[in-house]
Amino acid sequence: MTNAIPFVQIRNLKMHFPVTEGVVIQRTTAHVKAVDGVSFEIPKGETLGLVGESGCGKTTIGRCILQLETATEGEILFEGIDLTQLSQKELVPTRAKIQVIFQDPYSSLNPRMKIGNMLDEPIRVHGIITDKVKRKERVRELLSICGLDPRFSDSYPHEMSGGQRQRVGIARALALNPEFIICDEAVSALDVSIQAQVINLLEDLREQFNLTYLFIAHDLSVVRHISNRVAVMYLGKLVELAEGNELFDNPSHPYTRALLDAVPIPDPQAEAERAHSVIQGEIPSPMNPPSGCVFHPRCPLAVDSCRNEIPEFRQTKTGHWVACNQI
Amino acid sequence: MATLLQVRNLTTQFFTSSGTVRAVDNITFDVDEGETVAVVGESGCGKSVSALSILRLVPWPPGKIVGGSINFMGQDLLEMSNDDIRRVRGREISMVFQEPMTSLNPVLSIGLQLTETMQHHLGLSPAQALKRAAELLEMVGISEPKRRLAQFPHHLSGGMRQRVMIAVALSCEPKLIIADEPTTALDVTIQAQILELMKDLTKRLGVALVVITHNLGVVARYADRVNVMYAGKIIEMGSAQQIYHQPHHPYTLGLLASVPRMDQPRGTRLIPIDGQPPDLTRLDGGCAFRPRCRFAVDRCAQEFPPLENIDSGHVSACWRVKEINELKNAS
Ligand SMILES: Nc1ncnc2c1ncn2[C@@H]1O[C@H](COP(=O)(O)OP(=O)(O)OP(=O)(O)O)[C@@H](O)[C@H]1O
Ligand SMILES: Nc1ncnc2c1ncn2[C@@H]1O[C@H](COP(=O)(O)OP(=O)(O)OP(=O)(O)O)[C@@H](O)[C@H]1O
Ligand SMILES: [Mg+2]
Ligand SMILES: [Mg+2]
Repeated sequence: MTNAIPFVQIRNLKMHFPVTEGVVIQRTTAHVKAVDGVSFEIPKGETLGLVGESGCGKTTIGRCILQLETATEGEILFEGIDLTQLSQKELVPTRAKIQVIFQDPYSSLNPRMKIGNMLDEPIRVHGIITDKVKRKERVRELLSICGLDPRFSDSYPHEMSGGQRQRVGIARALALNPEFIICDEAVSALDVSIQAQVINLLEDLREQFNLTYLFIAHDLSVVRHISNRVAVMYLGKLVELAEGNELFDNPSHPYTRALLDAVPIPDPQAEAERAHSVIQGEIPSPMNPPSGCVFHPRCPLAVDSCRNEIPEFRQTKTGHWVACNQI
Repeated sequence: MATLLQVRNLTTQFFTSSGTVRAVDNITFDVDEGETVAVVGESGCGKSVSALSILRLVPWPPGKIVGGSINFMGQDLLEMSNDDIRRVRGREISMVFQEPMTSLNPVLSIGLQLTETMQHHLGLSPAQALKRAAELLEMVGISEPKRRLAQFPHHLSGGMRQRVMIAVALSCEPKLIIADEPTTALDVTIQAQILELMKDLTKRLGVALVVITHNLGVVARYADRVNVMYAGKIIEMGSAQQIYHQPHHPYTLGLLASVPRMDQPRGTRLIPIDGQPPDLTRLDGGCAFRPRCRFAVDRCAQEFPPLENIDSGHVSACWRVKEINELKNAS
């Protein structure tokens, strides 16, 4: 393991968006530090769960890996090759191996294209199946493994429900036989029974084709279920990373603990009886992040030094990384 | 509390080239003032279309409300003139749409989208509206609201867009809020914050809330009553307690069994409901769940079961409702 090149490796990734003001002459008045020095690895065949507060930079990491954003700084290595250094043309073969299931399916589906054509086109363009009849067969198969009736081939996105569109997104990601899939809230629009079906499908595919996932989601019970390791992010930075059982059984970072405490339990009795603590303090701004540890203004453990010292992301146990000086 | 909304026999269909989609089929339910009603059910079962029907936002063609009535504060929304229903929308009843990107205008700043409705419905001046818009963004947990007001939807994260939608829905202090998957894009701590905020409105101002969600944890924590839908119909209805502890429909049983739970060991395989969701263009007169139902009998194919009383406020549409507890324990 130690000598092998990691399948996916992110090193010190930064993405700072300019914030402009003014209508005619735009001036940059600030930067959103959406991602601010993030590093992690994903070995082949593994699923890394990525969770964290809304707006903390998860989607942006995904978009940087896909080269949809030009990272401000850092390296994105795929099978040892830094994607940020490749030309558009050099990128093409690698990009086909990396697919994405987007958070907002509606805005990523072409409204004027029938679902069938949407799935057929990439298979044809990439020359995966050249025979038209066989392609049609494959499209039907893709739809049905995602729990969609093949009659949806002739539908347009607006004729479908939210969850049906999300499954089209999944079918489209699978169409090109990818090796690495970025799932950005890929199952969040699905009801639990279909969600269970799709999660089982993703797990089967991982097994069968040795797929690797970066699984971004807010539903911690789903993340816990599917991930080998889980990374927790807060305001552009990783605050904790550990193997799944370890993270959920022994959360160390105060933010991770607060997050786990807030998960609602699907039982009204249990919910009524339990105490609900909400994280105190104002939500900090990525345009003007707090000094020192970014979590300190809301942290129950914070001491004076947390205002100035940026905590190092360090290993507290084998494989368990935490950025907090108070533990 | 007084009844605010009475939906009776609402039926909405889409007339498409591949047949008539019976998206909402004869549903009846009430919402009281100050109450939170959750609507749950499989993807594609008609939750969003029923919400859109209440506001008469079903796109024609191909969609049409073909029957029923919707009584809101003494008036039938289905009989209202277009001008009147427009006044109700946003002012009296507001809606949080399922996909924020489709309902936010990509070329208008966040500020404009928030202030427009307030100027229109509440008669605020632009300056007043802008001040209130910043307060609303703060309420939904968005930092540096003044700067954010100048940004456009694509500058925001998925969850921020969703919160902007919620801010728009709250802006005119409506009597009824219909929220379609309002917190799917939010992490659990902000989800809790938003839901507490809405819950507070129901308690303080008697606002009623209809929440469409597949998050059964959210339902458990916030809903007073639950409507369970399957293939366009309400097949079980009851208090949250009744639905979770005494489910009486095989679909509800399957639904509750497929939730991944934090209190279960990791690595257990999830139990989905086997089979495919029904094709809503090809429904027959029988129970639509029967091809996937472990307990189906011949009668289920012939006749749709009526909603049967189980307990006060708890109804279920299943021919075997009386035996369901034994059947459940036996399998
Ligand atoms: N194109 C852009 N221009 C300016 N700011 C942006 C842009 N894209 C994202 N941001 C900002 O970057 C930050 C991180 O956004 P991102 O979408 O990565 O969050 P996220 O973790 O995916 O959140 P969510 O869970 O809500 O989807 C946010 O503050 C957002 O406003
Ligand atoms: N414009 C349309 N034309 C044809 N069929 C439609 C149209 N809009 C919705 N439908 C169909 O109506 C049914 C109900 O859709 P609806 O959006 O209400 O589902 P939903 O319960 O909200 O599902 P989800 O949980 O996936 O959002 C679906 O089967 C869908 O395919
Ligand atoms: Mg996101
Ligand atoms: Mg919907």
